[in-house]
Amino acid sequence: MKRYRANLIAAVGVTLALAACGGTSNNPQPGSNLPTSIGPGEGALNLVAWTGYVESGKTDPKVDWVTPFTTQTGCKVNVKFADTSDEMVTLMRQGGGTQWDGVSASGDATNRLIAHGDVAEVNVNLVPDFKDVIQSLQSPRHNTINGKHYGVPYMYGPNVLMYNTQVVFPAPTSWKDTWETSSPYKGKVTAYDSPIFIADAALYLKAHNKNLGINDVYELTTNQLEAAITLLKQQAPMIKKYWAATTDETDPFSSGDVVIGTAWPYQVSFLKTEKKPVAAVVPSEGATGWADTWMMSSHAAHPNCMYQWMKWTETPAVQDQVAEFYGATPSNAKACDILRKNIGDSADKDYHCGDDAFLKNIALWKTPLQECGDSRGTTCTDYTVWQRRWQEVRGTK
Amino acid sequence: MTRNRAIEPRSVQVSMGVVSVLVLLFLYVPLLVIILYAFNPARSQSWPLPGLSTRWFVATWNNADVRTALITSLKAGLGATTIALVLGSLAAFAIHRFKFFGREAVSFVLILPLALPGIVTGMALNSTINLGGQLLGLSFSLWTIIIGHATFCVVVVYNNVIARLRRTTTSLVEASSDLGADGVQTFRYVILPNIATALMAGGLLAFALSFDEIIVTNFTSGSEITLPKWIFNNLRLPNQRPVVNVVASVLLIASLIPVYIAQRLTQESGGLVSGRGAVVPAIEDAAEQAAAS
Amino acid sequence: MAQTLTRSGERLQAPPPSAVRRLRHHVGALLHRFPGARLALLLGPVLVWMVVIYLGSLALLFVTSFWRQDNVTGAIVQNWGLTNYQFLVQTPVYRTIAIRTVGIALAVTVTDIVLAIPIAYYAARIARPRVRTFLLLSMVLPLWSSYLVRVYAWRTILSGDGVLNWSLHQIHLGSVNLGFSRWSLWIVFSYLWLPYVTLPVYAALERIPNSLIEASTDLGARWFTTFRRVILPIAIPGFVAGSIFAFSLTLGDYIAPSLVGDTEFIGNVIYQSVGIANDIPFAAAYAVVPALVMAAYLLIARQMKAFEAL
Repeated sequence: MKRYRANLIAAVGVTLALAACGGTSNNPQPGSNLPTSIGPGEGALNLVAWTGYVESGKTDPKVDWVTPFTTQTGCKVNVKFADTSDEMVTLMRQGGGTQWDGVSASGDATNRLIAHGDVAEVNVNLVPDFKDVIQSLQSPRHNTINGKHYGVPYMYGPNVLMYNTQVVFPAPTSWKDTWETSSPYKGKVTAYDSPIFIADAALYLKAHNKNLGINDVYELTTNQLEAAITLLKQQAPMIKKYWAATTDETDPFSSGDVVIGTAWPYQVSFLKTEKKPVAAVVPSEGATGWADTWMMSSHAAHPNCMYQWMKWTETPAVQDQVAEFYGATPSNAKACDILRKNIGDSADKDYHCGDDAFLKNIALWKTPLQECGDSRGTTCTDYTVWQRRWQEVRGTK
Repeated sequence: MTRNRAIEPRSVQVSMGVVSVLVLLFLYVPLLVIILYAFNPARSQSWPLPGLSTRWFVATWNNADVRTALITSLKAGLGATTIALVLGSLAAFAIHRFKFFGREAVSFVLILPLALPGIVTGMALNSTINLGGQLLGLSFSLWTIIIGHATFCVVVVYNNVIARLRRTTTSLVEASSDLGADGVQTFRYVILPNIATALMAGGLLAFALSFDEIIVTNFTSGSEITLPKWIFNNLRLPNQRPVVNVVASVLLIASLIPVYIAQRLTQESGGLVSGRGAVVPAIEDAAEQAAAS
Repeated sequence: MAQTLTRSGERLQAPPPSAVRRLRHHVGALLHRFPGARLALLLGPVLVWMVVIYLGSLALLFVTSFWRQDNVTGAIVQNWGLTNYQFLVQTPVYRTIAIRTVGIALAVTVTDIVLAIPIAYYAARIARPRVRTFLLLSMVLPLWSSYLVRVYAWRTILSGDGVLNWSLHQIHLGSVNLGFSRWSLWIVFSYLWLPYVTLPVYAALERIPNSLIEASTDLGARWFTTFRRVILPIAIPGFVAGSIFAFSLTLGDYIAPSLVGDTEFIGNVIYQSVGIANDIPFAAAYAVVPALVMAAYLLIARQMKAFEAL
């Protein structure tokens, strides 16, 4: 057990050391075995994605960025929608990594996939629009290790507080009503069903319980984690339904069973399209969020189609389409111009398109590790501990 | 047990009757609701429905994914039923004709896939396929679905065939041999006609069981999509709900038809030995053999 | 050799048997002399299938429960040990979940038996033959309608703007907040397994001879007393045998709880462990729990002579 843990620390340490070196390089030197051009398409592409990221006209015939892709490249897209990062990691490992070619991984999945060798280094020179990606997303620690890029950025966004405007007033400015037992909406709250949600509890405590000294919500010591778990257990009886699949949130919101809770911009967009009375806000305590990367499996059966997809989804036109449908913010700064043209100031007010400062304020999902990355050394709790404690929280309901 | 008049007092008869009707309503109203929703013109699922329309039937028919899923389900059903028919009747013959050591154990093993919670069966098969993947390059495919389904369809056929065999007198077989027929001829001209309807009933039930299966299929299908799996995947996409409603209604009606036919086929010979109801007679069977041995 | 008589009385020699026919006869003779061979031929394929594919899979699953999942890579390592089991026993939440699951399984079983009795009794003892066939067929048919569809139907019915609340509104009874709760799970499970329970309850009630009931009436008992003290005790073992499915299916279900409920049951934990955390060893260990509970249930049923009563 001791040697096992030592190996774990070593592995994590190495990864972090590599990651620390990764943020500085601006001119990535692709490895020698990377492709220098995109070969002929294989005719098919299997993707794992967040719901709403790969639209082929099934939701709304006018919302389709897959059919033009297939027409242009001949790659027929088959997509599996996953609800949590954990599910994505598991899917990418199925069949020895050959079953799915690519994944739209968030920061709490990327490093796990890279460390396990599930995803391949990509040659970003083959993605012409990569140079227009906003600065902080060009070589972020969550997908670039030692100058090697393991994917191309797609969209990013915060986990917002969504609420029913007819029931919840005044308009909330704090996460308070989803955590405190004094909430007038208890019994009609919702929360995200994944261990990563512990970070949201930590975020609330960071603002309201300064004694705990929480700084990075993904680097929690045992004490800090314990406090977060207590808060979550306090919240559990207030929750009507935890959601992982987006319909598990949009259904109860539509029917009035749930009136307030954490949501992705996608659910907000969807409910607004359905003419439901909802609104969203990033409260004063801040928000957790995600920056997603398209990554390619290291055993991909259709690598050329995957490169074509990465190229396609980095173009400003497609990025703008996705942004308008999903509600997330494009990584390609040129897409912001198109967005501003199409939706006016909402592009800056709601999407904060191209706003680096806003992005830096979101506590982006990342995999909790034992290595705190600061003076506390290796006293932080890692993701397996989070998974076990989350099970505890869910089991109490 | 037939009787000419009930011996329960009138009040009891009436109240039992009333409660029976209520229970039947409880059973069937949700099914009717689903069928009604298939005609819901709106995308929203709230009640009451704004009207009735068949627009989603057309949309469903044009949906390529649904058609693919339907074909996969049909293929899986046919494959599983064929295997179940062969293995199930072989097992029935073996257990009916021979008394051997471990007879009770064999009956028990046949029921196990249905008696154990589906998730256990699903996980077990999933582990094996993954291991097979590592060792033999086995991958999740239509065949793994068929293998999973066949494993618990066998007992359905087995129960129907053995129930029928028990009603067939062995003297027929002896008479056939006496008249000079060899094994194949006896089977073809004497045994087969007798169990034909039981085989058909068992086959239809096995098909219905396979067509509807989702619990184990989730673990054995990989990226293949059967119709129930399609529904499961699309329940999470709100804009697909109307199509899901149509598929659900069609699935409903489509699985009732084979059962109804199977019931009519076995009417004279004592009725259906259906699906999980098959376990009870099979357990009874095992108990009988234990008592006899 | 067979000989045939023609109409004019001559004897016709049958043609000599063909090679195929001779082969069949030889094989048939061999099989006749060695019944073991016949048995092996009949039973072989089935046995190989069930033992290798099914029992083998179960054994593999059981073995996996003693292995571990590597923390960093997530791969399964063959580090033999009881860690998974220890963890299960020591962490209270898994006990809570297991007890909760067994609890609802029992509640659903009892509910189904209670719901089944009136209709089974009516069909068995009161209805005329045609009505009886109709009743039995109506009870069995829903069994074959899609499980997923039925769960989904209830999800829409029980939601805040579904049929139930609308109906209650119409009769001015306000609304209920049943969606995504234990109540909805209880209703849905009872609904799903009711047909499985009704048939054996029917069989159990049908077997009771008329004479017993008449004797009881002659002795002065009213019907309800007869039911309570004569019919029930005889029928209960049969009820228990019939409830095996309601119990077993509720125990392992993972789809209904996620669609219409919001609580964690054994099935959910196992399914999430496999599909999301990919911690198959732990899932396998937890899967042993419903298997053991089922074994216990079957043993108790056997003790109650449930199977002999059928």
